[in-house]
Amino acid sequence: MIEVRNLSVSIGRKRIISGISFDAAAGNVTAIVGPNGSGKTTLLKALSGDLPYEGEVHINGAEISSLKPWQTASLRAVLPQATTLSFPFTVREIVSLGLSNGRTGALAGEEGRLPERALARVDLDGFAGRLYQELSGGEQQRVQLARVLCQVWSPVLAGVPRYLFLDEPVSSLDIKHQLIIMDIARDFAARGGGVIAILHDLNLTAMFADRVLVMHRGRMAAAGSPAEVLEDGLISRVFECRLRVGAVPPGTMPFVLPQSAGI
Amino acid sequence: MTGWSVLAGREAGEGDRSARARLAIAALCGLLVLVALFSLTAGASDVSVLSVLGGTVSERDRIIVYDIRLPRVLLGILIGAALAISGAVMQGLFRNPLADPGLVGVSAGAGLGAITMIVLGGTVMGPFVALAGIYALPLAAFIGGLITTMLLYRIATRRGQTSVATMLLAGIALGAMAGAFSGVLVYLADDRQLRDLTFWGLGSLAGATWTKITAAGPIIALSLAAAPFMARALNALALGEASAAHLGIPVQRFKNVAIVTVAAATGASVAVSGGIGFVGIVVPHLLRLLIGPDHRYLLPASALLGASLLLLADAVSRTIVAPTELPIGIVTAAVGAPFFLWILLRRRGILDL
Repeated sequence: MIEVRNLSVSIGRKRIISGISFDAAAGNVTAIVGPNGSGKTTLLKALSGDLPYEGEVHINGAEISSLKPWQTASLRAVLPQATTLSFPFTVREIVSLGLSNGRTGALAGEEGRLPERALARVDLDGFAGRLYQELSGGEQQRVQLARVLCQVWSPVLAGVPRYLFLDEPVSSLDIKHQLIIMDIARDFAARGGGVIAILHDLNLTAMFADRVLVMHRGRMAAAGSPAEVLEDGLISRVFECRLRVGAVPPGTMPFVLPQSAGI
Repeated sequence: MTGWSVLAGREAGEGDRSARARLAIAALCGLLVLVALFSLTAGASDVSVLSVLGGTVSERDRIIVYDIRLPRVLLGILIGAALAISGAVMQGLFRNPLADPGLVGVSAGAGLGAITMIVLGGTVMGPFVALAGIYALPLAAFIGGLITTMLLYRIATRRGQTSVATMLLAGIALGAMAGAFSGVLVYLADDRQLRDLTFWGLGSLAGATWTKITAAGPIIALSLAAAPFMARALNALALGEASAAHLGIPVQRFKNVAIVTVAAATGASVAVSGGIGFVGIVVPHLLRLLIGPDHRYLLPASALLGASLLLLADAVSRTIVAPTELPIGIVTAAVGAPFFLWILLRRRGILDL
């Protein structure tokens, strides 16, 4: 369980987010949505320990600022928006960095094969020998996800759930790979881990998230299941454009239809 | 299975260059032994290694080998390794293949420390010399290098991102400032000190003595010993500071250790041999092309190749115009500067980062 209580972050004198409280349970995919500049990435950075904050962030009951770097690294892995390299690493070398904290949770003999298995998961079979710098943006993003998956290969280690923090994991991907990556997130949660992901696509959010946190101007505008949160008035107000929410015919899964940029 | 991995007796997966790297390190060990033996033989006086090893030499030849050439070879190995390692560590720390203690003012800062000791050691800095003994010069150079490196890091890095242009320009400014202060000290120096400064400033292994090895050796040995413990952090740092922290690296503490290591290795080298440039940039770059940028292999390989190349450069410097010799700094600059330009031309994009 990740518990956030009254979290605020200021950069310089400017308050970027304030008064954020929520729980993100293991076994769930929690999506953070909201317009550009609403504080989504700042929130995720605070949870990742990148930014100083006021308030409390607990991961499995422990305040993250009281944990050592290797301890937090064994509880959660973080996928950044984009990563550029200055040195010519191969894809395998980058993915193998995910093994370096030594707490993947894989069986002892299996660890050497994890990079290949992680690459296969993100649909990059046969890419191990390629140079990272020569890949496309979407491919680089999937290599980084493979690295992050290696770091917390078992969603539960010694009875303790672990977490994936994903900052816009699908933004640079084509539709097939968006679905593959969201499946990985779902599977990680199904096996007992927790996922917190920043998403821009409200329909992917509706399909894959258990809970949705809606950020608006540095505050949390709403939190709940997709069916609760994705309704015309709220999301039109938050995103400041006219949106209509419908329902996929057979069931209750909402879908969002863009109408126009004005309200 | 590639030829490399067959030779290393181990099947490597695609993209795994560790077998190749281990083989390269073994080969570099062999190269260093050969170059060291060659260096013991080569010089203005013709003495054969075999006859020295066999003990069948005159007293004069024995003195040439044990009191002149052996300390010189050992000093060359220490300094070559130190320069190459500090280049590799600095490049990893700044996430930039162009970072080099010589280029970004760290050597100039270390030089200022050394000049302060040479000129003011008998007067103002007397108590420091009395306290530190033979270590006064390398310690002063270390302190000068440390201050410059910390300033440089403060100026060039903001929120974990280093601007290449800012780093190089700040390096020029810091180098110029150190140069200006050094100039003032040179102006104050008396004739004997001026002669010392001139010999020192050209960059040379010529003054190698057992005393110099005792003075600089421990500092350099410490920084070489620290290198293996930095490899994992430097690899993680390639992803950026935030990602390195997410992987469990204590980033802030590690950066302090890396900065002290670079300053120590550079300071000790500058103190005993003056300004020898470009080893720190050429050696790691060549090795990244050969075995890749994994610092677990890059750091030891850099130390070995740096030592070999500096010994070769020294051999050239004392044979090319025998019986006199050329300062080694001229040789490394003559080879290294065009190489540096070649890196720039191949990767013009670097400066736009």
